Amino acid sequence: MDFWGTTDMPALLHLRPFAFPAVLLAALEWWARTAGANSDALAPPTLAAQAFARALRDGSLLSATAFTLGSAAIGLALASVLALGLGTMLGLSRRAASASFLSVEVLRPIPSVALIPLAMLVYGFGLRMEISVISFACFWPMLVLTQAAVQQVEPRLLEVSMALQLGSWARFVKLVLPAIVPRLFIALRLGVAIALVVAVTVEIAANPNGMGYALMIAQQSLDPALMLAWLFWIGLVGWCTNALALRLQSAVARRMGDLA
Amino acid sequence: MSNKLRALTESCLVLLALLALWWLASHSQWVSKVFLPTPEATAASLAEGLQQGDLWAYTGATLGRMLLGWGLACALGILLGALIGISPAARAWLEPTLEFVRPLPASAIMPLAISVFGLSGNMVLAVVAFGAMWPVLLATVHGFAHVHQRLKEVANALQMGRLAFVFKIGLPNALPDILSGMRLAMTVALIVSVVGEMIASQSGLGQAILLAARAFRASELFAGIVLLGVMGFASNAALALAERHFLKYQRS
Repeated sequence: MDFWGTTDMPALLHLRPFAFPAVLLAALEWWARTAGANSDALAPPTLAAQAFARALRDGSLLSATAFTLGSAAIGLALASVLALGLGTMLGLSRRAASASFLSVEVLRPIPSVALIPLAMLVYGFGLRMEISVISFACFWPMLVLTQAAVQQVEPRLLEVSMALQLGSWARFVKLVLPAIVPRLFIALRLGVAIALVVAVTVEIAANPNGMGYALMIAQQSLDPALMLAWLFWIGLVGWCTNALALRLQSAVARRMGDLA
Repeated sequence: MSNKLRALTESCLVLLALLALWWLASHSQWVSKVFLPTPEATAASLAEGLQQGDLWAYTGATLGRMLLGWGLACALGILLGALIGISPAARAWLEPTLEFVRPLPASAIMPLAISVFGLSGNMVLAVVAFGAMWPVLLATVHGFAHVHQRLKEVANALQMGRLAFVFKIGLPNALPDILSGMRLAMTVALIVSVVGEMIASQSGLGQAILLAARAFRASELFAGIVLLGVMGFASNAALALAERHFLKYQRS
């Protein structure tokens, strides 16, 4: 595309990302109003938009979203604190890292959803069981990234801390933590993505709360319009949270210096 | 060598210490036996289930679902990814939509799939394939989009056709991306298989551990979790090995 071609119709070009979804929606609308008019499985997008507006008005949309995002945030916070603590310990000592290697590799591949029945057994339904599964899922990747970040701290900095005879807490707060902040935010962004996916999955599979459950209930009560509305909303919330996390990560990277 | 040996011994000792902690916690009732069975009881449940054959059957069912879904996901992902990645126009029109769908949890598609396909094994398989396809698809698009300009010039100079370009330059160039996408896809495939078995009551480890938890049979629940952990570990290790094998040429 030449210079003039790109500046001629910038407004139309901005619309280009929406062209494909628009075609899909129009096709679904047309199909659902003609051949699939009696379908229990799908509904026209216009009806889904109405169902969305109803859910927004009666408050169910906001309360379910708040539950899912809240439990994802608490689970992520818990996992971050644990991963930061253990990751720093394993990162600072080669010996601790190699000694724990086997245990980490044995526990890490357990699929988080396998713990849903266990969490259900221990906590019953509700906030705590969801948080526990989310924390487990976020903990391992964040641990691995934190450990790698600490291992990449300039060794001379640590020698300086020895020379200054800093205690381990002062060494952590004054040297290690500032050095790994940009990488920690990369781990956090990954954690945000995992936390949200796991939260919705737990709600779909077991926990009768939040957006995932609302989606499941809409399907079970044969309300395809409401189901599509929830599906779209879950996608939108996921996209926005991920975009925000990415923005936060690059803002931090800019302020704290880029990764070498 | 002796350093490596010492590291390995220490590694095993830490793992044994964790097992001992589990043993102590369950035997001295720090955690109720309803939730935390003893390691012996877990091992006994595992042995019994494997001997009677039902655990083998569940594992086989879950493994089959995971592998078949993953295979479909890889084939579809690479095919679609190559089609989209090779054309700048297709990328410009489709990539925003792909990026929008990427963070959507694969399991969120399941209610839609249930209402379209019904509660069947094929429905679960379709969701597994759909969910696991995204990492492969996006990795392939990325790999094709970042072919070096020089390589494109070379292809032009050699008057390569489109198909030859895909197989001789595009795919080898995208291979590292595709392989890591395939590894991520395997993790997704296992997770979605288990969730699908739980929701759609399809025979497999996912359903087995859910039923064990509902019946308060903690040792059977733990046996199922152990098997799922082994599956996750083995599939990841196999793909890591494959990655090392296929990317040998890059490091030399």
